[in-house]
Amino acid sequence: MSRVLTKEKLNVVNTPVEKVDGKALVRGKPVFTDDFDLPNALTVKILRSPHAHAIIKSIDTSAAMIEGVACILTYKDVPHVIYTRAGQGYPEPSPYDTFILDKKVRYVGDAVAIIAAENENIAERAMKLIKVDYEILPAVLDYEHAQDPEAPVIHNEPEISGAYDPKHNIASHYEMEIGNVEEELKKCDYTVDEVYYTPNQSHAMMETHAAISYFDPNGRLTVITSTQVPFHARRILNRLFGVNCRVIKPRIGGGFGGKQALHVEPYVVAVTLKTGRPAKCVYTREETMTASNTRHAMRFRVRAGAMKDGTLKAIELWGLSNTGAYGEHALTVFMVAGSKTLPLYNKVKAVKFGGDVVYSNTEPAGAFRGYGAPQGMFALDSALDELARKIGMDPITFKLKNSIREGETSPIFKIMGEGREGVEQIIRSCKIEECAIEGAKIFNWYEKIKKPRIDMKNKIAHGYGVAFAMQGSSIPAIDMGGATLKMNDDGTFNLLVGATDLGTGSDTILAQIAAEVLHTTVDKITVYSSDTDITPFDKGAYASSTTYVSGNAVKSAAEKMKKEILKAASELFEKPVELLDLEEDKVVCEDGRSISFSELQTKLFYTFNQRQLEVTESFVSEVAPPPYLVSFAEVEIDMETGKVKVVDFLNYIDCGVTINPVLARGQVEGASAQGIGMALFEDHIMDRNGRLITDDFFTYKIPARGDIGKIEVRFAKSYEPTGPFGAKSVSEIGLDTPGPAIANAIYDALGIRMRRLPIRSEELFFEIRKKYG
Amino acid sequence: MKVNIKINDRNYSIEIEPGEMLLETLRKLGYKGVKHACSTASCGACTVQIDGKPVLSCSTFTAAVDGHEVKTVEGFSNEGVLSEIQKAILEEGASQCGFCIPGLVVTAEALLKENPDPNQEEIIEYLKGNLCRCTGYESQTRAIMKAAKARRER
Repeated sequence: MSRVLTKEKLNVVNTPVEKVDGKALVRGKPVFTDDFDLPNALTVKILRSPHAHAIIKSIDTSAAMIEGVACILTYKDVPHVIYTRAGQGYPEPSPYDTFILDKKVRYVGDAVAIIAAENENIAERAMKLIKVDYEILPAVLDYEHAQDPEAPVIHNEPEISGAYDPKHNIASHYEMEIGNVEEELKKCDYTVDEVYYTPNQSHAMMETHAAISYFDPNGRLTVITSTQVPFHARRILNRLFGVNCRVIKPRIGGGFGGKQALHVEPYVVAVTLKTGRPAKCVYTREETMTASNTRHAMRFRVRAGAMKDGTLKAIELWGLSNTGAYGEHALTVFMVAGSKTLPLYNKVKAVKFGGDVVYSNTEPAGAFRGYGAPQGMFALDSALDELARKIGMDPITFKLKNSIREGETSPIFKIMGEGREGVEQIIRSCKIEECAIEGAKIFNWYEKIKKPRIDMKNKIAHGYGVAFAMQGSSIPAIDMGGATLKMNDDGTFNLLVGATDLGTGSDTILAQIAAEVLHTTVDKITVYSSDTDITPFDKGAYASSTTYVSGNAVKSAAEKMKKEILKAASELFEKPVELLDLEEDKVVCEDGRSISFSELQTKLFYTFNQRQLEVTESFVSEVAPPPYLVSFAEVEIDMETGKVKVVDFLNYIDCGVTINPVLARGQVEGASAQGIGMALFEDHIMDRNGRLITDDFFTYKIPARGDIGKIEVRFAKSYEPTGPFGAKSVSEIGLDTPGPAIANAIYDALGIRMRRLPIRSEELFFEIRKKYG
Repeated sequence: MKVNIKINDRNYSIEIEPGEMLLETLRKLGYKGVKHACSTASCGACTVQIDGKPVLSCSTFTAAVDGHEVKTVEGFSNEGVLSEIQKAILEEGASQCGFCIPGLVVTAEALLKENPDPNQEEIIEYLKGNLCRCTGYESQTRAIMKAAKARRER
């Protein structure tokens, strides 16, 4: 039986506390990496390859060593250590196929030289004076041709390790099957067999990549960087340079997975180690667009079959993923396209998933919010929608009938982890029925679908689509988070966490969790996060893990602190602990006496059983409870232009108890907007030489204010027993549904099935022309 | 060359490079609330007010502001209490990473000065040049509506 926490029992958790960093942010305080000016700092710029695939025959920097240039580093001047920029835990699941700088360049934008100068103007002038002689190689620009017999080999460096078959441009390969899909499909009354495409997508976080490095007065190398993974960054920098360092994460201007990889850090560290001087590198928007990371573009062939009564029997997802020039997150993102989609439909008799992740001479792909699930779910949910329509069933009824329920499991949880085997888990919280049924009511689904879709007079069509999704909460048995709590004599606490707030509000929700346990308020908890010399370890901000893993670590530390406080008070009052409790910043005793936290710690500092109350706890999860989401989209289509407007997008989500309902809502709203962008606007367009044309906010269209209709968010009444105060993850899942929900709605409106994202208005227009004249 | 600019009620007489952009000048002077995010005048993160009108500082020559009055987010921020707009942004969770927020605050201040009672469409229209990648804009619209109401009731 899952306990349902009522709001009355909670004072701080499940309330809309304002962000602890909010006052600084709304006042524009200098809190981001580029806001820190270090005296005597060098400006670092990167010379980048204009070719998609080439060998550097020679590189001459002599003419570029003009006055004001401190150093220019080429592949000859930096450690030749093979690594992956991916920024994952250890051992790393991504192949080692990257050097800080290499003799070979593998995409337009690949780094060729590091220039450090007294200012930006000098650095840019010097950059133009570097003479590079390239031997241009044939390139793979279309990942569907990466495995062609005549395709050039992108990774022929002898040091490569961990890649599946680099001689054939295959970074990773995976396959699994439960039951026999072929046999089951034969028995089905209805089947679908279609191919779906999802595109590269740019994170387009407002703050570009940036880092600063310097030696502190004691000679300790320190790196201030806009990263989601300070502890992994430290470990990887040590691997590259053999130097220990301190990594500090200030406020981050958005990441969405894009700041999980190491982009800038190795360049500034190389300069500081070479010159002894502080070095700062802030990427331009163009560099962030063209030379950091993108979402893995994927192609999935989906075969699925069901009986007349709507019983889903078999699903196969066979994919091809584009990891670009380097294999960052190649295997793990691909596996998540199956592992965080297929268990949702756990009642099938047979399921198969697999395919290749291939190299191409394009911008490296990496982690991006949703991490493969949006790609997999666009294919799977679209195919199930097609199947439901073939059967003649309402898609909500069909998807709900076949989806997972509380108390159930899926064998996929055990078979598929991230880059390795997963863990078994029984689903202890799943309110997908509430999400679907109550969501349909709020959306007026059954009323809306009675309406005519096409207004031929005004050439306007309306359509309604639904999509289901799941995600996870952390990478079980791998991800660890730590938390330290220290009590001060003014009655406040310091909460030290490695957890990485990238704008999500994790500092705030972690403070809420601590405050709840300690019977205090968030203003009495001062949070210090993400400083590798000060705070305990945390895996960082990815895999929907912070609320769940770091949250559980904080809860555990706070509970231990509570015990320490009660023990100290019990010694002071000479009463057993059982007669004491915490209440509003003080310890109360059954006999009516009480002592405030401030008085207690003051006594412990100076006069009584002297000690500092301080605790550290760690948490690793054995399971990754999925949140669930059902999204409903209403689209309006201008039949004369093919323009699609999402007029209403309702999310009904089961993310367990929301630690902070306002911040949780913001996570879902923001993810919906990014998903709408992925579905309709955001497009990587390359020229014939592999240069990205859509390299700024003029040409790469992220949703603006007017492009978003209504986004609504409702929370299911749910309690996850293994989560902190019943919470599960919330930040990623919202990206999984807009693609399929919008494509399903377009089909509903026009009877035209768009199987490739983004759904460009011109392509839809041509389809409308074909069908309606 | 030398220019005279009033920034957040303080008079500056400063030496600038020819071709220097206002964004760069302001950040050099320590007004770090003015953000550099796109370089193509597409995102609004660098918005400041010049003589009360919202302007993109990344595409404004500092020389062009000689003799004018510039207001940055710092000029709308008291150390003690938050402005209605800032307060509403926090209450509605309309600032996630916060990188676009200074530009939003400056633009919204101009909006509410021009139109104290804007409806949703007017807010969206006025602020359409301010991109945000975190929020999906819903919370920001709610915040501006709320701030407008609070200002009218002040």
